[in-house]
Amino acid sequence: MRHNVWLYIAVMAATTYAIRVLPLTIIRRPIKSTLIRSFLYYVPYVTLAVMTFPAILDATQSVWAAVAALVVGIVLAWCGGGLFLVSVVCCVVVFVAELFL
Amino acid sequence: MSAGKWYLKGLRDGIPIMLGYFAVALALGINARGAGMTALQATVASLLNNASAGEYVGFTLIAAGASYIEMFVMEAIANARYLLMSTALSQRLASSVPLVQRLLLGFVVTDEIFGASVSVEGNVRPAYPYGLFTVATVGWAAGTCVGVLLGNVLPARVVSALSVALFGMFIAIFIPPAKKDKVVAVLVVLSFGLSFLFSRLGPLSSIPEGIRTIILTVALSLGAALLFPRKEAADGEA
Repeated sequence: MRHNVWLYIAVMAATTYAIRVLPLTIIRRPIKSTLIRSFLYYVPYVTLAVMTFPAILDATQSVWAAVAALVVGIVLAWCGGGLFLVSVVCCVVVFVAELFL
Repeated sequence: MSAGKWYLKGLRDGIPIMLGYFAVALALGINARGAGMTALQATVASLLNNASAGEYVGFTLIAAGASYIEMFVMEAIANARYLLMSTALSQRLASSVPLVQRLLLGFVVTDEIFGASVSVEGNVRPAYPYGLFTVATVGWAAGTCVGVLLGNVLPARVVSALSVALFGMFIAIFIPPAKKDKVVAVLVVLSFGLSFLFSRLGPLSSIPEGIRTIILTVALSLGAALLFPRKEAADGEA
């Protein structure tokens, strides 16, 4: 049977949207449990850290360019650099590093 | 800060997301073409999904002529982490934020927009993620479209530099709290280490990336919540 690409796209979009929208609409009240609140407090940082490493190493042509960007990014963010600055500087570090590596 | 100001801040902070998305979406567009999709189909898919892992999985299944049920199951797995993200985001919204706004927000919760949104102090104003999304989605859709039509238009070195924009953002999100809170600092180190082990170690590396992210997020966050419950967590401050 030949499948319809538009129908595939509809299934993809509906599934993705449902997963994203359900917690936002169902869990509207503040959760009281300290355990769950603490859990949800830690979630963003852990998820983003898990997604950053080692994925960043595979994002560039040279692994060392990625390592350089990671180190510079961490130092810059530690010293108070915001989203925009850290992001742009990481790009520049990779670009310059790959000129030499 | 007014909603208008938040929206403008979102537009500004969305620029690096847009650049990173453009680079990542180029590769996605090439995949879509490989799957036999037209530029219109791939672009619409990107506008409606806004999910890199989810779309990669989706395009691969389209190429393989998989069943719709299979598509549903695989998309649910690839995107399951958004259950956690949306729950965390929901707790950072004022409970007065109306249903319509929540329905709209559900459309814009990508990893990057979620990350940037929860990095602000106090309650998240919906205008901020909307601003981020307005700019970011342009890069995402345009990248996909160009990828299908033209393939690799950018030199590989430029793509590799731009791809790091998204990771740079993540770093700028989790480092400041790690500096203030030793528990978060240890969590970041553990996340890096375990994620590395899971991705490179024999049998563990066969676990799909989406599942790996969830397993590690739940295990580490739950462990930290049990050992170091936050008393001040009640005020919703980051």
